Amino acid sequence: MDNRSDVLLELNGVETWYGPLRALSDVSFTVTDGSIKVILGNNGAGKSTLLNTILGVLEGQPKSGKISFRGTRIDRMATERIVRAGISYVPEGRRIFGELTVRENLKVGAYIQTNRFAARQALDRVYGFFPLLAERQSQAAGTLSGGEQQMLAIGRALMNGPRVLLLDEPSLGLAPILVRQVFDIISQIRDEGVTVLLVEQNARMALAVADEGLVLDSGELVAAGSASDLVDNAEVEELYMGASSLPTDRESRHEVDPE
Amino acid sequence: MLLQVLASGLSAGSIYALMALALVITYKTTEVPNFAQGDMAMVSAFIAYMFLTDFQTGFIVAFGAALVFAFLLGVGFEGLVLRRMRNPTHLNLIIMTLGFTLALFGLAGWKWGADQRRFPFPVSASEVVRLGGVSVSTLSVATILIAAVLMVVVFAFFRFTKLGIAMQATQQDPIAARINGVPTRAVVGLTFGISSVIGSVAALLTAPLITLDPTLMWDALLKGFAAAVLGGLNTPVGAVLGGYLLGVIENLFGAYVSVEFKSVVAFLIIVIVLWFRPSGLFGRHHERKV
Repeated sequence: MDNRSDVLLELNGVETWYGPLRALSDVSFTVTDGSIKVILGNNGAGKSTLLNTILGVLEGQPKSGKISFRGTRIDRMATERIVRAGISYVPEGRRIFGELTVRENLKVGAYIQTNRFAARQALDRVYGFFPLLAERQSQAAGTLSGGEQQMLAIGRALMNGPRVLLLDEPSLGLAPILVRQVFDIISQIRDEGVTVLLVEQNARMALAVADEGLVLDSGELVAAGSASDLVDNAEVEELYMGASSLPTDRESRHEVDPE
Repeated sequence: MLLQVLASGLSAGSIYALMALALVITYKTTEVPNFAQGDMAMVSAFIAYMFLTDFQTGFIVAFGAALVFAFLLGVGFEGLVLRRMRNPTHLNLIIMTLGFTLALFGLAGWKWGADQRRFPFPVSASEVVRLGGVSVSTLSVATILIAAVLMVVVFAFFRFTKLGIAMQATQQDPIAARINGVPTRAVVGLTFGISSVIGSVAALLTAPLITLDPTLMWDALLKGFAAAVLGGLNTPVGAVLGGYLLGVIENLFGAYVSVEFKSVVAFLIIVIVLWFRPSGLFGRHHERKV
């Protein structure tokens, strides 16, 4: 994080507005090449907005600030070009194409891939990560279970061979065993050289795999640091890891209402 | 007799199927039927007519020009008219397609008048061939074959090409398609272009049958719409089957029940389908996009 040459993605004073509402104010941080960074925060804190802003999905946003990827400004680029530059996105709610087959979904993921051989390799790689998707490749994606759809959404995003993977709440709505599996896969993906920027409500699980983290509150960055620092940060723990898991002495110290 | 009726049904059904397919392709993108589909096709047929009569070109040039025009008209309608609307609701979009159709109809009336013109065509509606005990006009044979080939090509394109799959993805969830690197604006434009070309082929096959005037595609549009409702507005295959089914039902009704009320069948079908199976015979239950 300190070494500039390792910075893959950099945000500087980013501000995003929804009409008259400021959803992100003065957000600045960097993402180190080969790391997993997690963005924590409550509902409505601006986590998804942040990812959407990076990918240029929001019309005319960010209103101000700079976003650079590998040294190139991307904050005024069209989404297709940002994707081509090497950023992939697993959106909130998966948004798989339900009427297309698993294989067709993955083909859409490889849309920017013009080299057939590379596309074939990417497909094999995704099937390697998710053998289940290979088994179900001719099935309509809408008939997959929630966990399988999440795998498909991640697989689809990997088809481009991205440098950075943005993940929005990959554990949402999944059974605990699947959540663990998804986080294992995220670690594996990082180990293969893909940098991960992850939005999560499941802070405990996310910080266990992440290298660095930051906390958003009402569109502002309120804490940042290494994952282990954030785990030790009492405030973060109280706010984002659930009071029920806190030891009793801390609970009284922070005046958490034990419901 | 029955075979004869089936043959006429298939021929009429081919036109309905083409119109239904054209409607469904854009319906899946915008979630509204494009009521300008018919008149866009009608104007394209006039373009072919202009080339054939005013410029004295051959059929290939004239029909080619009509298809190119239809493609550009579709792309232009989406890019210059529909996309300019700010946060349109479904009702706004429907009204826009109706407005566009009235504009086209008015323009065609002003430019070409209301005369019923004979549309030159390589085959004729009166020249009859006998096929397995059934007499069919060469025009009917051509209509059935051309429509079938075109639809197979369109389905193969959607099913097997990367662009076709990306187009379906864009129809289902444009934002998800865009974040996968699909240039969705261009793809939506292309969708309207293809839809317009399919409609104009229907118009080029209808004009030699009933003569050319600005009302050329009124009936075909309404029947195509009925066929799409019958088969399922969100399933291209269903809509095409609906087109053939409607053509056959209509002709059976005309032959065995009443010729006078033949045209009413389509509308009865819309009403009955909407009562009992609003998503169409072959359609899945409609899921609204967010």
